[in-house]
Parts: sequence; C-alpha cells; structure tokens
Amino acid sequence: MIQFTIEDRNGERQSIEAPDDMNLSLMEVLKASEYDILATCGGMALCATCHVQVLQGNDLLPQPSDMELDMLDTLPNATNHSRLACQLRISEAMQGSIFQIAGELQ
Amino acid sequence: MEKIVTDICIIGAGPVGLFAVFEAGLLKMRCHLVDALPQIGGQLSEIYPQKPIYDIPGYPEVKAQDLVDRLMEQIAPFHPTFTLGERVDSVEKQTDGSFIVTTNEKTEITCQVIVIAGGLGCFEPRKPEIEHLEEFEGKGVVYMVKNPELFRDRRIVLAGGGDSALDWTLFLSNVAKEVTLVHRGETFRGAPDSAEKVFELAHQGKINLLLKSNVVAINGNGHLNTVSISGKDNAITTLTADHLIPLFGLTPKLGPIADWGLTIDKSAISVNTEDYSTNVERIYAIGDINTYPGKLKLILCGFHEAALMAQSAFKYVYPNQKLSFKYTTVNGVNAF
Ligand SMILES: Cc1cc2nc3c(=O)[nH]c(=O)nc-3n(C[C@H](O)[C@H](O)[C@H](O)COP(=O)(O)OP(=O)(O)OC[C@H]3O[C@@H](n4cnc5c(N)ncnc54)[C@H](O)[C@@H]3O)c2cc1C
Ligand code: FES
Repeated sequence: MIQFTIEDRNGERQSIEAPDDMNLSLMEVLKASEYDILATCGGMALCATCHVQVLQGNDLLPQPSDMELDMLDTLPNATNHSRLACQLRISEAMQGSIFQIAGELQ
Repeated sequence: MEKIVTDICIIGAGPVGLFAVFEAGLLKMRCHLVDALPQIGGQLSEIYPQKPIYDIPGYPEVKAQDLVDRLMEQIAPFHPTFTLGERVDSVEKQTDGSFIVTTNEKTEITCQVIVIAGGLGCFEPRKPEIEHLEEFEGKGVVYMVKNPELFRDRRIVLAGGGDSALDWTLFLSNVAKEVTLVHRGETFRGAPDSAEKVFELAHQGKINLLLKSNVVAINGNGHLNTVSISGKDNAITTLTADHLIPLFGLTPKLGPIADWGLTIDKSAISVNTEDYSTNVERIYAIGDINTYPGKLKLILCGFHEAALMAQSAFKYVYPNQKLSFKYTTVNGVNAF
C-alpha cells in the first residue's frame, strides 16, 4: 500500500492509502474517496478537470507525457508542479507525496 | 434580430439533441436547434472527434465525428434548422403556454416545447485568475479572435501555450502594431512548425516572447491600458496594451440554464424518468444535463431519453390529436 496526503479545496489534509498493484490512477482514487472532482473525460487527458498541484514529492514522480503537458498548457492556473491526476498511476514514487486538488468544479 | 417559429426548440446540438430531432420528426414535430459552439456535435466534435466509441448499438466501433455525421444524415429528412455560435440566455413563457427562447445575439425562437440537451453546459473560455478581468471584458479583454481587423495597428498581449495561442500570435504579428505572447512554460508543444515560427519571429524582434511568465494584473480607465506580467525571478514587467487575449481553451459551464427556475441538483437538471420532463411544464431535459437515480452519462442513455421525451411532448404540439405508437419498420421514415 502507498500512503500519500490529499489537500482539499478548503485546505484540509487527509492521509490516504491506495494499492499500487491495481494500476489505479490518482484520479480514480480521488473519485473513490469521494473528493469533489469532475474528471469529465474519464481519464483520457482531455479535460484537465482532474488537475492537482504536487505540494511535496514532485521530483520523484515520472515525467508527464506530451499529451499531459499539452493539456496542462490549456490551464491558466497551471504551475511547474501541476499534474493531471488521471495520468499518475499509484506507485512507490508517490509514497509520502502531498497533492492539492486544483481542478475546476463547473 | 432573427425570429424563428418551430414546434420544439432544442438547446444543444450534441448527439442527444440531434437524435431528438429524429424522434420528434417521426411524430411530425419540427425542431430548431441552438448551440453556443460554432459547430454541431457537442462533446464529440469539441473534445474527442477522432476517438473511437465502442458502445453505440450496431456500431462495433465508430469515430466520434463519424457518429455526428451519421446522425446528421439520419435527421436530414426532417429538415431541422440551426442557430449556431449563439448561447440561449433566456426562456420566457407566453400566456398561451408557448415559449420565447432568446439567445445572446437576440435571436428569438417561438416554440411549444423546449428540450434542453445542453450536456455539460456551454463551452466557455477558460479564464485566468486576474483581478478585475471581468470589468475589462469587451473593453480590451477578449477570449476569441473573431475579426482580426479589429486588432490592426493595436498593441496586443496574448496568453497561453496551445495551438490557438501560437496560431493567433503568428497571424496577428502581420496585423497588429505590437504582439507579445506570454507563456508559463519554456517550450511549446502543439504544432512544431508554428512553435518554430514563433521563436523565429521573436528572434527577429517582430514579436515579444515572454516565457516562464504569467499575466498577473491588468489596468486601465474604462478600457484596458496596461498588462503586468510576472516573469523569471518574479520580476514584474508592465506593458502598455490595447488588448489582452487569454487563449486557454474552452471548458463547459452550466451557464444561464441555472437561472430558469428548474430544479437543479449538483449542476444537473432533475427530471421525471417517465418522460424526462422537468419541474416546468413543457420543458424537458435529456442527455448529460439531466439527473435521476441511476443516471448514466452515456450517449445511448440520452437516445432513450429522447424517444420518451418526444412521445410526451406530442400532446403540447398537437393538443387535439391522439398519439398511437408505430414502429418505423411499419411506416418507414416519413419526412415532412
Ligand atoms: C473524452 C470523452 C469520451 C467519451 N466517450 C464516450 C463513449 O465512448 N460512449 C458514450 O456513450 N459516451 C461517451 N462520452 C460521454 C458523451 O460524450 C456524452 O454522454 C454525450 O456527449 C452527451 O451528449 P449531449 O448531447 O447530452 O451533450 P453534449 O455533447 O455535451 O452537447 C451539449 C451541447 O449543448 C450546448 N449548450 C449547452 N448550454 C447551451 C446554451 N445555454 N445555449 C446554447 N447551447 C448550449 C453545448 O455547447 C454543447 O454543444 C465521452 C465523453 C468524453 C469527454
Ligand atoms: S480526467 Fe480528464 S484530464 Fe484527467
């Protein structure tokens, strides 16, 4: 199990545990944990509503693909620490990371 | 100001709105469709035209845009009419029960029934978080280049890193007096050819290219006058500018539909699953925009909802006639 922290829109933090052997994406884990995210495109890197900011652990995560970077480029509030939760697979690299939910809600 | 009279006004020309024309047409009801986007097809054409869809009955696989094209073919016999590139802003009930639907361009559609097939809502420009941005909309801040001539000999700041930011930078560099492109990244993906041209123009000093930068403030007196940009090391540069064009793509927003007195639950319209009617008589909601226990946001489900809606709407369009259900295999598709 991988343990990481989610900061919601109100700044509240919660520790989450997720299995790393089920090929789950961070977006799927957030949805399953009932966080308010739209994830309109269902994880195809087409909507950017699953945008998260990596507050801790950014350097350890795998590099974003061109498709992910293309989508992040369409976000006015993206930073160098922005990722699409649907493109991040739960893995060892996430252990101890902190993610802040940043996607639009309508 | 255009005035249109029809039986059913369908708000949203996505797959579900389009199929509703077919179901209404079988019952001899005429439809007019309005969509805020300049093209038909809703999410299929706007977000994923080239993606295959696998769950449309009869099509083991179909590309999203091909499905839209086939729907257009299927409804052609019923001669639907369209108002594209206009957003429905208001809906007003008349004393005889009919409605007047008005768009942001003041097009008026008089109809007996309204069908909201608005999907996730209107696709609207993604806006950067800049203070006073809305005050300057139409007064220097625009999100779309409709008529490039408006920018002739003006000082323009474009913001964004996608294809449209690159394309308009290239185009406006020949029209405007001064063009600055602000991009938060260091490189551009998208069409490599356009990116290369933008770098070349910057190299020649024909445009200003501010990379690793963000627009952080705008100012002016009645009209935009300056744009402040935070760059490397957070240093702020303030440029004189007549126009700021943020180009960050489109995102769906429920928009004006939220103000029409309909029961809304988490950005979707609550409906009665018997006929997909809303709490307002003669207004129906089908497809992604509605909600009910067990709702699935699938094209297939929207098609089913369209069929039931049409059977129910018939009583308002033909109050003196009795509806008897017939299969298309028996009667064929009888156009008007
Ligand atoms: C990446 C992706 C993949 C998908 N894959 C599938 C799949 O394989 N199978 C499947 O069944 N579904 C799939 N879906 C879901 C499917 O696209 C939706 O269920 C479908 O588009 C809903 O159709 P709709 O006609 O209800 O709405 P939409 O397609 O959203 O169309 C609504 C239209 O209404 C317009 N509109 C809204 N408000 C107004 C207004 N006030 N005035 C004027 N116009 C307005 C909008 O501009 C829009 O064009 C996918 C979705 C995405 C994003
Ligand atoms: S869910 Fe759409 S981009 Fe991640």
